Amino acid sequence: MSSPNPTISHSVAAPGVRQLTFGQAINEAIAEEMRRDPLIFVVGEDVAEAGTPFKVLLGLVDEFGPERIIDSPISEAGIAGIGVGAAMTGMRPIVDIMFGDFTTLVMDQMVNQAAKIHYMSGGKLKVPMVLRTTMGASRRSAAQHSQSLHAWLSHVPGLKVAIPATPYDAKGLMKAAIRDENPVVIYEDKLSYPIKGPVPEEDYIIPLGVAEVKRTGEDITLVATSSMVYVALSAAEKLAEIGISAEVVDPRTTAPLDAETLIASAKKTSRVIVIDEGYQEYGVTGEMASVIADGAFYWLDAPVKRMGAMHVPIPFSPALEDRTIPTAEQVVEMAKMLCGRN
Amino acid sequence: MTKKSSTASADDTPRSQAKLSDIPANGVVSTTTDLLSSQVEIAFDVPALPAETLAEMYRQALLIRQVEEFLLKAAEEGKIGGAMHTAIGHEANAVGAAAALNPDDYLTCTYRGHHHGLAHGMDVGRAIAEVLGRADGFAGGKGGSMHFVAPEHGMMGSNGIVGAQVPHAAGLALASQIRDEGRVAITFFGDGAIFQGVMHETFNMASKWKLPVIFYCENNRYSEMTPTWRTSSVGEFYQFARAYGMESVQIDGNDAEVVHAAVTQAAERARAGEGPTFIEGITYRLAGHMAGDLETYRSAEEIEEQRSHDPVLVLRNRLLERGSSEEEIAKIDAAVEKSVAEAIAFAEASPWPDPAMAYTDVYRT
Ligand SMILES: Cc1ncc(C[n+]2csc(CCOP(=O)(O)OP(=O)(O)O)c2C)c(N)n1
Ligand SMILES: [Mg+2]
Repeated sequence: MSSPNPTISHSVAAPGVRQLTFGQAINEAIAEEMRRDPLIFVVGEDVAEAGTPFKVLLGLVDEFGPERIIDSPISEAGIAGIGVGAAMTGMRPIVDIMFGDFTTLVMDQMVNQAAKIHYMSGGKLKVPMVLRTTMGASRRSAAQHSQSLHAWLSHVPGLKVAIPATPYDAKGLMKAAIRDENPVVIYEDKLSYPIKGPVPEEDYIIPLGVAEVKRTGEDITLVATSSMVYVALSAAEKLAEIGISAEVVDPRTTAPLDAETLIASAKKTSRVIVIDEGYQEYGVTGEMASVIADGAFYWLDAPVKRMGAMHVPIPFSPALEDRTIPTAEQVVEMAKMLCGRN
Repeated sequence: MTKKSSTASADDTPRSQAKLSDIPANGVVSTTTDLLSSQVEIAFDVPALPAETLAEMYRQALLIRQVEEFLLKAAEEGKIGGAMHTAIGHEANAVGAAAALNPDDYLTCTYRGHHHGLAHGMDVGRAIAEVLGRADGFAGGKGGSMHFVAPEHGMMGSNGIVGAQVPHAAGLALASQIRDEGRVAITFFGDGAIFQGVMHETFNMASKWKLPVIFYCENNRYSEMTPTWRTSSVGEFYQFARAYGMESVQIDGNDAEVVHAAVTQAAERARAGEGPTFIEGITYRLAGHMAGDLETYRSAEEIEEQRSHDPVLVLRNRLLERGSSEEEIAKIDAAVEKSVAEAIAFAEASPWPDPAMAYTDVYRT
């Protein structure tokens, strides 16, 4: 059983377009937006010279200075709250929360503050902030640095949540998040940072709430998010070898969710597996499966299946950790079963 | 500026003796405060405000009091759902601060925030309508009593989560600092709120980054229904801020003139780039924590004793001391009564919001 392999080359790579890593795409998106709009600033732990522990923001402080790339103390709730306050004035803060696991510390500011201020003020105030954070296991980081908790904030009206899978999507979704008038949370998969893919130099955005079919197919739909897109694409390759044509659909944002595209694919293929790195129980897979079952009920030939992280704290040992996250092999097995090919 | 004397705190509380020498000689002031758990007597020079300013502060304080009394009664009659917290007894903290700040300065505060909203120029009728949940409320009935907001007056929201509005003020101040706007942010919070972690995170950043922010603790001695001395490891709350290298003072929050002087100086420091100031305004909540509070945790005598230092009364007496006549004050009283009656009539005549409005304003489009 292997962890999601960052070197998987997938079907969206178009020849002739510049290749960037996922991390570079995030960096470029922020840099381009900061050049365009002086109201944008970044605040977080280790964001300046360190460029974050993942090195994603390297170089930004050289160009924009410490006034716009602000090294904060280790005060997640405080910086989230400061971001909310600054955003209320029309500034566009990007609050950096190093590990998605630490979003537990900003729950009040995101859930009770950022998400509700526009509504509670009857539309008088807005909070155009971005909270960027990480997700994803398989880095041997154990239970407190490996979780994918994007379901939590996807649950809350007033927030938008993006979970890009490819460098192309990372740049376009980050730009959309920064320009959005609402609080947007963007979850970056840590293992995806070195993944390379085509990223146009020109300015483009990917609207929040628009899924993408990453591979077309006829027999089964694999709805997959973030790193699981690579797992699904890899599974689709293997399924093709045995004559099962799998379609891979990436919602790209969990909130808003592009239900239409998911349902259309389900109607076309009649079988669906939803794959996501968050805990399966009460997770985004449940929501998506339900939306699909609702919208495509009469077209389905099998129950909509879910695959998420095992319901255990993510263990440290590679021998254990690799069992907790869905793999291409498991997806293939499930797909074969749904297609009556066992 | 001279310091007078300090008296030991009452035996049954852990409140420390006020060390007057700890209070920086930065001109921030307090006059005698005579509170249930301490007798801090600190005298500094408080510049006497012009008669018009005093009269306007009195007018606002009285208006707030009358609005709150109406709302309290309405809530007790079942006309207002949920928890409705009045600021009866807290008025001086609001009117003194509001008079000291510029119209474009920022403010955030707590669910106990009607006084701040009204002192900052919110329309009284629309404010009452909001508390009644009506369509003409400033937020169309979506916010209610705990979520007063008026960005057009710099009033950026009162908050239902204890302490949560404090980092917002730091963020507002940061925005002002980045844009070099010279705008100051003030945030009001209670004595109980001091123990929220996010407060201390914010104190540290605000002090380190010299943000133009004023942290104003309305110390009414109770965290909801628990006397705060019972849960605090520190007797004097202004001392917390000292640990963060902040200017910090304790003042009589029931004396609007004192509040005005303190906030004026804190705002000057903030605008001069000298960073945040912490002000502990000693005050007292003369009504329950919220409408319907049975107040089993304090005695009627205690409340009665505090009435002698009622901030509306303090202002009224100050006017008389400074030469205003009873007739002049009666005129203000009559005008306030009339405007409050009109505001109430407006609010009560306002319809319920269209149910379809529940779905709007979730996202900014
Ligand atoms: C985070 C949080 N915890 C608890 C509460 C419930 N609560 C509402 S007001 C209050 C007391 C706050 O006391 P203080 O800060 O002194 O303000 P006061 O009500 O006295 O003005 C509590 C515990 C809350 N609203 N938010
Ligand atoms: Mg209190």
